[in-house]
Amino acid sequence: MQDIVFRSEVDGNDYQRAGEASRHTKSALKRLGLPPEIIRRVGVCMYEGEINMVIHADGGTATLTVGIDKIVIELKDHGPGIPDIDLAMQEGWSTANTEAQTLGFGAGMGLPNMKRSSDEFKIDTVVGEGTTVTMTIYIK
Amino acid sequence: MRTHSVKIDKSKCVGCTTCIKACPNEAIRVRERKAKILDQRCIDCGVCISICPHGAIRSFHAKRDILEKYKYTVVLPDQALFGQFTKVRDPNVILTALLDIGFDAVCEPAASAELIAQFAILDSANGSAKEEPTISSCCPTILRLIRMRFSDLIPQVVDTVIPIEHAAMIARDKAVLDTGLDPKDIGVIAIVPCPSQITEAIQPETLNESVIDDCIPIVDIYSELDAAIRKVTEPKKLSRTGRRGLTHGYSGGEATARKAYNFMAVDGIQNCIRMLEEIENGNIPEADYIELNACTCGCVGGSLCVGNPFNAKLRIKKMLSPLPEYGCSYDLSEEARERIQATKELEYLPAFLLDEDRSMAYEKLTMIHEIRRMLPGIDCGSCGAPSCNAFAEDIVQGKSKYTDCVFRRNKE
Repeated sequence: MQDIVFRSEVDGNDYQRAGEASRHTKSALKRLGLPPEIIRRVGVCMYEGEINMVIHADGGTATLTVGIDKIVIELKDHGPGIPDIDLAMQEGWSTANTEAQTLGFGAGMGLPNMKRSSDEFKIDTVVGEGTTVTMTIYIK
Repeated sequence: MRTHSVKIDKSKCVGCTTCIKACPNEAIRVRERKAKILDQRCIDCGVCISICPHGAIRSFHAKRDILEKYKYTVVLPDQALFGQFTKVRDPNVILTALLDIGFDAVCEPAASAELIAQFAILDSANGSAKEEPTISSCCPTILRLIRMRFSDLIPQVVDTVIPIEHAAMIARDKAVLDTGLDPKDIGVIAIVPCPSQITEAIQPETLNESVIDDCIPIVDIYSELDAAIRKVTEPKKLSRTGRRGLTHGYSGGEATARKAYNFMAVDGIQNCIRMLEEIENGNIPEADYIELNACTCGCVGGSLCVGNPFNAKLRIKKMLSPLPEYGCSYDLSEEARERIQATKELEYLPAFLLDEDRSMAYEKLTMIHEIRRMLPGIDCGSCGAPSCNAFAEDIVQGKSKYTDCVFRRNKE
C-alpha cells in the first residue's frame, strides 16, 4: 500500500495562520480511524514545529508521510540554524524575539515537547543554512 | 441510529447552500435542490436554524397542547428563559405565570445546577490538582462535538449529568409522591433554548435513558407566557434557586458557580472548536476549568430563544442581586451525589471515519487527495457540499458524482 503524503508550506512571521497545517493533518488522520493518542502526538509535533518555523526560520515546509505502521513528520526550513542543539533542547531555553513572546510563544518548550511526543527525533542543522527536524511516530 | 431534533422543511428550502457553509461540522448537503442533514454528523448546535434566510430549518418538538396528554405536568424552565422578558426582576413572577398557563408544578434546572456545582466545590476542596484542565459537561452540543472530533479529550470532561436531566429526575419523583399518580401519567416537560436540549431529551449524552418527556422551545411559548407574566400581581414563592443557579443561563456562570476561580469560559461554536483544537495541540490554556458553550453568550444565545442574547444576559444579571448566593435546598447526601453522576460514559462517535477497515480508509484518503487536485478549490458549494474537500470525500463514499461539480461539467 502506498504512503499518503501531505505537504504544506508554512508562512514565516504569520502567527495568525500558524497551526493551520496541524489542523488539516489532524482532520485527515481522524478520517483514517487512527488511535486518538497517535493523532494527538502528531498534532503536538506539527503544531510546535510550525510555530518554530514561524518564530525562528521565516517559514518552511512541513511534510507528513502516513504509512500503515508509522507516521513521519519532516520540518524543513532555511533559517539561521541552531548553533548549540543541547542548549536548544533544554526546557525553557529560547531565542524567540520579544514580538513572539508578547504573543505567548517562545516559552522554550517547543523542541522538548516535540521530542517527548515522538518515538524517534532527529535534528539536522547547519548554521546559516537551515534546520530539518524529523520525527517518527509508530502506529501500534 | 441517532435521532435529531433539527429538521428541514422541504416546502420552504430553496437549496441555496447558505446552511452547508455555516454548519461547523460539515453535516449538511444540498441534494436534488433541497438541504439534507447528515444525522451521523449533526451536533444540534442550531447554527443552521439561525442562519437559514428562508426559515426552512426548524427544530422538531412538542406542540403547546402536549399538556393535554398527561394528568399532571411538571415544567422545567431552562435558566435562559429568565432572561427573555422585559422588566421582570423576580424569578417567581415567571414561575407563577408558568402555573397560570396550565402547568401543575415547576422544578428548576437552576437548582440542580446549584447542587452539581456545590458537589464540585466539595470535591475540589479535597481533590488533587490535575495537570490538564477539566472540561465542563453542561452543553450537549459540545459533548457531541468532543465525541466526534476530539475523542482524546473525553477523559478530561466532567462526569456529571446535565442539570436539566437531574431536574427531570427530581421532578418526576416528587410528582409521584405528591399526586400518587402512575409515573406515565405525569408529564415532565422542559422549556428549552436550543435544539441541542431537545435532542438530549431523545438521546441523552450523560444518561442511559432520558427522563424528560417532551420539550417546548422558548420561542413557541413566549407570547403566551409573556401575556401571563403581565397579569401576575402576587407572585408565589416557588423559586428554590440562588444566584449560583441562575447564572448558568450565560457563559461563565457555571464556572463561577463552581467557584473555579481560575476558569476560562468560551462561547460560540467556532471559538469552542478553536479552543479544543488548541488543547489537542498541547497548547493548554492556563486554566483549571474550561466552560464551553456552543452558543454566543451561552444558553441565552440558543437558536430557540427570543431576541438578543446580550439583553437576556443583562436581565438575568439584574435579577441576581436580591437572591441568596445558594438557594437550593437539596441535601448533600451520598445518595444525592450518586444522582448527579452520569450513568453513561461518553464514547467516540466515528462520524468522520472513512472506513471501518483501516487499509480501505487509507485508500479512500489517497483517492480523496487525487480527486481534490482536479477540483477548482474555490469551495463554491454548487455541488451541494460545503467545500471541494468535502465534495471529494462524498465522491469517494459514493454519495456524489464527479459531474456534480459545475466546473468539471463545463470542461467536459
